Amino acid sequence: MMRLLKDKIASKVMMLLTAIFVLVAVFIGYGLYMRSRPLLAKRSLWELITSEGWKPFKGEFGFFPFIMGTVWITVLSILIAMPLCLLTSIYLSEYSHKSIRQIARPLIDLLAGIPSVIYGIWGVIIVVPLIEKFIIPYSTEFSTGYNVLAGGIVLAIMIFPLIINIVTDVFNTIPQELRDASLSLGATKWETVKHVILKKALPGIIAATVLAISRAFGETIAVLMVCGNIPETPKSLLSPAYPLPALIANNFGEMLSIPLYDSALLFAALLLFLIIFIFNAVSKLILMNIERKTT
Amino acid sequence: MKSETIVNKKIAEEKKTITDANHNGNGTPKTEDGSAALVHENKDNQELIHSHITVKNLNVFFGNNHVLKDINISIPDKKITAIIGPSGCGKTTLLKSFNRLLDSTNGTKVTGQVLVDNEDVYDPKTEITHIRKKMGFLSQRPFPLPMSIYDNVAYGPKIHGLRKRKKLDEIVEHYLKSACLWDEVKDRLHTPATRLSIGQQQRLCLARGLAVEPLIILGDEPTSALDPVSSQRIEELFNSLKDSYTIAIVTHILRQAKRIADYVVFVYMGEIIEHGPAKQVFESPKEKLTEEYISGIIS
Amino acid sequence: MINRNLEESIFKILMKGASILIVGSLFLIVITILVKGLSAFNLDMLTKIPNGGFYIGKEGGVLNAIVGSLLIAGGASVIALIVSIPIVLFINLYINNKSALGNTIRLGYDILFGIPSIIYGAFGFTIMVYFGLKTSLLGGIITVALLVIPIMVCTMDEIIKTVPGELHEAAFSLGTTRLETSRLVLRQIYPGLITAVLLSFARGIGDAASVLFTAGYSDNIPFALDQPAATLPLAIFFQLGSPVQEVQDRAYAAALILTIVVLLISIIARISSKIFSKNIV
Repeated sequence: MMRLLKDKIASKVMMLLTAIFVLVAVFIGYGLYMRSRPLLAKRSLWELITSEGWKPFKGEFGFFPFIMGTVWITVLSILIAMPLCLLTSIYLSEYSHKSIRQIARPLIDLLAGIPSVIYGIWGVIIVVPLIEKFIIPYSTEFSTGYNVLAGGIVLAIMIFPLIINIVTDVFNTIPQELRDASLSLGATKWETVKHVILKKALPGIIAATVLAISRAFGETIAVLMVCGNIPETPKSLLSPAYPLPALIANNFGEMLSIPLYDSALLFAALLLFLIIFIFNAVSKLILMNIERKTT
Repeated sequence: MKSETIVNKKIAEEKKTITDANHNGNGTPKTEDGSAALVHENKDNQELIHSHITVKNLNVFFGNNHVLKDINISIPDKKITAIIGPSGCGKTTLLKSFNRLLDSTNGTKVTGQVLVDNEDVYDPKTEITHIRKKMGFLSQRPFPLPMSIYDNVAYGPKIHGLRKRKKLDEIVEHYLKSACLWDEVKDRLHTPATRLSIGQQQRLCLARGLAVEPLIILGDEPTSALDPVSSQRIEELFNSLKDSYTIAIVTHILRQAKRIADYVVFVYMGEIIEHGPAKQVFESPKEKLTEEYISGIIS
Repeated sequence: MINRNLEESIFKILMKGASILIVGSLFLIVITILVKGLSAFNLDMLTKIPNGGFYIGKEGGVLNAIVGSLLIAGGASVIALIVSIPIVLFINLYINNKSALGNTIRLGYDILFGIPSIIYGAFGFTIMVYFGLKTSLLGGIITVALLVIPIMVCTMDEIIKTVPGELHEAAFSLGTTRLETSRLVLRQIYPGLITAVLLSFARGIGDAASVLFTAGYSDNIPFALDQPAATLPLAIFFQLGSPVQEVQDRAYAAALILTIVVLLISIIARISSKIFSKNIV
């Protein structure tokens, strides 16, 4: 009897913990919403996300430059990372010898483990000076090396492992027989990749991209260290940018005396949270769907 | 003892049905015994028989695993050759070695030669795509390419440079008809191939393979995933195709081999134990192992 | 034919190039940090706290940040482990693994996994303000724990799935309760738990955005839960911006220490998971 009772109690405790755990996401969303309400009561959502002026002391809170800063850097990083990662994934899963694969995958996993502040410091030491030396002199725009381009490059390297891991996993779920079918018709390996593998892996590639976007959106410290942090809408790759996470990181926790400022920063967090939540859920659903189809 | 006699009785019955099938089978009046005798006579100097596929001293290793041991065989033209043997004996590996589908698996080592029309498949200088084009391949389960029914059939010709829409239309129609699928799909050629039933998919895969105009059709247990009716249709198709194609299928269903094979290769533990005309192998096997396998003592 | 092969050759070159670029970027980062860090490194970095203020003081090391980081990442990993084990057991033994509920919970932790650390940081700070807590060691531990729980649950869930289902069934059929079976399963995946803890620790020690608002920063070594604590990522982040060369050097040395710690832990975690997968049949 004791045993069964114990089991029952344990089961209830576990259920409660699991429920709380899953509800943390809801708590976070709700908490951020509650704290952004003072701002939302004064300004409309549309006005907040489309206006440009950012003067917290005068009560002007235009998030457009920050949203665009995030979008510029994220899009650039995806544009850099996606082709490179696709090529690498194809190479690793379709062409390379087993021994190369066995070395490359762990190395790429290690790349994933490096803390973002290390990527940031690397960006400051290497990427920013390189841009200042080789690109800025040829540009008519006045600029420093701390800009969208530097942020995009550092962020691209950070999302490499994520994309490669998902895409090679998706390639591995494609049955060998499908490759054989195409090869036996006299297609070359590349034709098989181009017409069959990539087509079959398309949902997985989309899921990887969506997940990479959501990761890139939320990346804070590394980007903050190299992107310039000037609250203006970027006009080119060489303009400085001020993404949403950097805005929060640079200002939150300090200037609580300015009315609504605190609320504005948590509104920024709410925006990030919602965008990432949606992107994550979409990619997860795609991946779950693939898994269900293959098993 | 008792069970053995029952087995023998069963075999006798089956033999009877085979001979029946041979006489009235698909309407092609074929003197099975006559042609078999011809191959039989030439068995000792096989160079004389014209054969698209000739295997010489083939050895295949998966890592340290010696999967195929010193294989020498010629696959007779315009006949159905059945490669039989217990599962895991290397039948499929042998079949896949014909068009070098093995090198996509990792850690595989191949020595010896597979000659397809006197070109060595394993010579690094050989243009493998052009050899593979000579062989249509049917796998255990049908694997339609991730595209429409039309594009599945047109895939091969397109890969090999055919661009004219009208010509492609003709090819698609012709080979879907050859695979007895045209009437079932002609109204939905541009829907995804995965929506077909599994039996239809396998016939689509056959049409896809035929569309590159191969000389040889390879089948790796091509009916094992299909229902009995679909299996029968595939077997009938093979029978009608053997006048124009050289067909080699792997099967672990003895009865299927007896129904359709003209020539039989028995593989056991990576070695060819015996090969010869179907009638001879099934009725008077030379090797004890073959006899034991055919009578069901080993499997 | 020539065109077909040409296209393949070009893409093969591109593929190899991309692979070299990606793996090379790992080496480039590690080498950069090694070169910069080693030239700034001396024993004082490991043994002394900064002298005369972390932002301007030219002397001393980053011992405050090392201790702070170890305490926060260690504490967070312990809390996360205690919370995660029941959750993972619940998902795998108490409810049907493949049921809608199981999938919902998995979707939930996947989404938690994806929430960036800056949001955990901001949320953690808001909660701390609500409860009247100051930025402190405790605040850092709790926030980092929130951050690493999803990682821990996710890793352990993967590991527990590799335990053959027959084991649970065999145990259940002998009349053991689910709780008793849990102990059996835990013993089976013991090395896997170490992997999960190591991975969480590596993630926790390297994360800057979650401790930015919650742990505070101090030149001193924290001796109580309510004292502010410095951390390595923030030591890098803050000191890199200083105009004083010696302070910047402290950032590079901290980067070196952090990189080595994280890489070492990741490698050990890999090895321990290898050993683990050998034990499982």
